[in-house]
Formats: sequence, structure tokens, C-alpha cells
Amino acid sequence: MTEAFWIPFWILVFPGFLFTLGLGLVASYLVRKVSALVQYRVGPPVMQPFYDIMKLLGKEILIPQDAQQFVFKAAPLIGMAGVLLLSTMLGVNALWPERTFVGDIIVAIYLMVLPSLALILGASASASPHAAVGAAREMKLVMSYELGLVLAFVVVIIRTGGTLSLAAIGGQAPVIGISNFIAFAVSLLCIQAKLGYVPFDIAEAETELGAGVLMEYSGPLLAVWEVMHAMMLVALPMFLVMVFLGGFGAGGLGLLGGVLKYVLVLVLIILIKNTNPRVRIDQAMKFFWVYCGIAMVVAVVLATIGNIYGIARL
Amino acid sequence: MNWIRWLKKSPWVFHVNTGACNNCDIEIVDCLAPKHDIERFGIKLVGTPRHADALLVTGVGTRQAVPRLLEIYRQVPKPCVVFLIGACATGTGIFAGGYHVAGPVDEILKKEDPNAIIAYVPGCPPKPEAMISGIIKTLSTL
Repeated sequence: MTEAFWIPFWILVFPGFLFTLGLGLVASYLVRKVSALVQYRVGPPVMQPFYDIMKLLGKEILIPQDAQQFVFKAAPLIGMAGVLLLSTMLGVNALWPERTFVGDIIVAIYLMVLPSLALILGASASASPHAAVGAAREMKLVMSYELGLVLAFVVVIIRTGGTLSLAAIGGQAPVIGISNFIAFAVSLLCIQAKLGYVPFDIAEAETELGAGVLMEYSGPLLAVWEVMHAMMLVALPMFLVMVFLGGFGAGGLGLLGGVLKYVLVLVLIILIKNTNPRVRIDQAMKFFWVYCGIAMVVAVVLATIGNIYGIARL
Repeated sequence: MNWIRWLKKSPWVFHVNTGACNNCDIEIVDCLAPKHDIERFGIKLVGTPRHADALLVTGVGTRQAVPRLLEIYRQVPKPCVVFLIGACATGTGIFAGGYHVAGPVDEILKKEDPNAIIAYVPGCPPKPEAMISGIIKTLSTL
């Protein structure tokens, strides 16, 4: 078979759309079920995220009169396309490490911003004051967590001797050191903010803004946002596993270990979500810029020193 | 494809107070709490009418509140179900003929949209069990 066949297959079926969506629906079921268990509730049935999306597909699309129609309709698709590319890239990386290119970690960092950008675009185009406040908060949140996230990846790149390829980083055994630990903790919190979960669900704060950035979306357009969120639940923890925890190994046992690592990261995210209150936007900015920023600078310095003098534990 | 089939599995509800005394509202919040947990049926309380599949209307429908109720009803993507919760919303309850009452909520909604799907859950206030049973029975007859 030729490349012309395989590339659409990768994007649309196997590591891409269908596979990620299926896994993402299971992951969002897990999020809701574990949250329910933490609160001593029973929680939704297994197929609930699927039912939600099917129901939204059958509903009417309402577009506000003052909305910028094209951007309003295109924004969910842009966001989903970004996550789709990211998950395809990660999947191909995990399965066929020889098929990658140098510098894909930088491409991945760019693709990870796309969903937030699409949210900001869609919310600004919807002409709703609630969505406008949500968009402003999302913008501030993006500006605050991006620095910590990029510095966390810089630490990993330093620790692995300057490799810019995800497959090479994921192929190495995880380094246990102080700087790696700090980088992992900070990037976990940044992922929490990227997914829009408590304590950083400021942009969608339900009790303050209704639904914030998604205020005016209804029917199939909202379904696309739901699909995007489900796929992000697969792509972002998978990225963390590949960068920090040694990736998905080859063969049955290695793959099982990779899946366990993925579930571990997901459960950590869910537990952070359920044991914290929502912070204000100024608290979030201060947290990311001051505390996480200082921690990351320390981590980068430690990683550099450790690398120069060959101390593995730093 | 029969889209209503999926609506039964995940009705997202939006809560509208049209001049209720807050007792029905407290009982609605009770449904979400651990003891009754309506998320078992896929029911979720949403923050905006655009996401809603069902409106939970409480209160008698005062002159001030009725225009807002109709505006919210127009903002809900169809198909949608309107649940009238409590004695005030189902009839006008003890406020029948009051100077502030704009009329029974169901008649007002029928005037706005003759095809509106309206369900009644009487009680003052209805128990959470009664609300859940009303919602499930209505959805199974759709």
C-alpha cells in the first residue's frame, strides 16, 4: 500500500479520529464516573458521553443574530482539527517511532494551543457578553500557563541531551530526578488548565458565566466541541506519558505499561479536579507566573547543572 | 434516524424560576445531590438555554417573569420539553386570580408555540422522587 492510502487512514481511523474519539468517550465517562464516586453518587451509564453527542447532533443549530457567522461555525472545526492532528501525530509516534521527524515536540506544543485559540475565536464571534468574559479569561489563562509548559519540555529536552524528537524522548527510560519531578508536576497542572478542569475552569465557570465560552453554541456545533474535549482527554495525557514517563513501549507488555501510565495520569487529573475549588483568574495568573515560573526556572537550572556535571539525581 | 431516541437518554435541563417561592427550586437542587443523583439517567443541569433539552419551570408566571420565560423558551433549540414543576406552575395554585399573575404558564407557552411539549409535576413542593418519576415517565412516552 502507498503513503496516499495510509496517511488518510492514520488521520481518520486508527491513531486518529475514530480511535481517539472512542477512547476519548471512554475517558470522559471515567471522568464523570470517578467524580460521581468521589461525591458518593452513582454516576452516569457507560455510554452516556456517546448518548450526549448523538443527542446534540439531532438538535437545532441556533446562531445569534449579531454573531460573526463564518468564524462562529468554523471555530469548533479548527479546534477539533488541531486535536486530531496532535493525536494522530502522537499515535504514529508511539507505534512507528521510525516514521517521525526531528522537531515534532515543537509542532506538538503549537498544536496544543489550537483548541484554546479556537475557543477564544468562537466565543468572541458569538456576540454574547458572557462568552466575551469567558474569552478574556481563556486568553489570560493561555498566556499564563504556556510559559510553564514550554519550560517543562525544555527541562526534558536538556535531560535527554538536546533531542528534539518525541520518539527519541519517549524511547528513553524515564529519568528520576528533582528537575524532572518538578517539570512533571507543573505540566500536569498546565494540562489541567488546558482541559478546562477545576481549579482552572475559570473560562467556563458555570456558576458565574453560565457556560462561558460555549454560551451560544447549540446542537451539532456543541457536539463538535464535546468531541474536541473528549479527544483532548486522550491526546494531552498521552503527550505527558510520552514526554515524562517513558512512553508506550513496543510489544504487549510495554503497551500495557503505557496504558497503565495513561490511566495513572488521567486519574491524577480527575482527583485534582475533584479536590480543589475554582480559583479566580488573577490567582491563576499569579500561580502560574510566580510560583510555577520560579519552580520551572529552578528546574531548568538544576537540569543544566546535572547535565554538565553528570549528576543523574538533579 | 430517530433523534428523539437519543434525547431520552441525555436530557440536559435548564431551570427557570417564574416567581416561585424557592421551595420547588430547593427540591430541584435536591435531585442533583448524592441521595437522588439524577446523573444516573444522564440528566445534567446546564447553565444556558442553548444547551438545554428541557426547561424546569417553577412558579406561577408573574407579569414580570413571563416575557423572560418566553424569551428563554425561544432560545432553546428544538425539540425540547417543558416541565412545569409544582402547584403554582401546573395551575396557578393559591395565587389564582392574583393581580400579579399573567396566567397559567402552560396557556402562555401554548400561545407562543402551539406544538410545545408540556409535562406537569404537581405538588407543593413535589418530592424529588415525584420529579424524577415525572421526568422519566414523560421521556418514555415521547
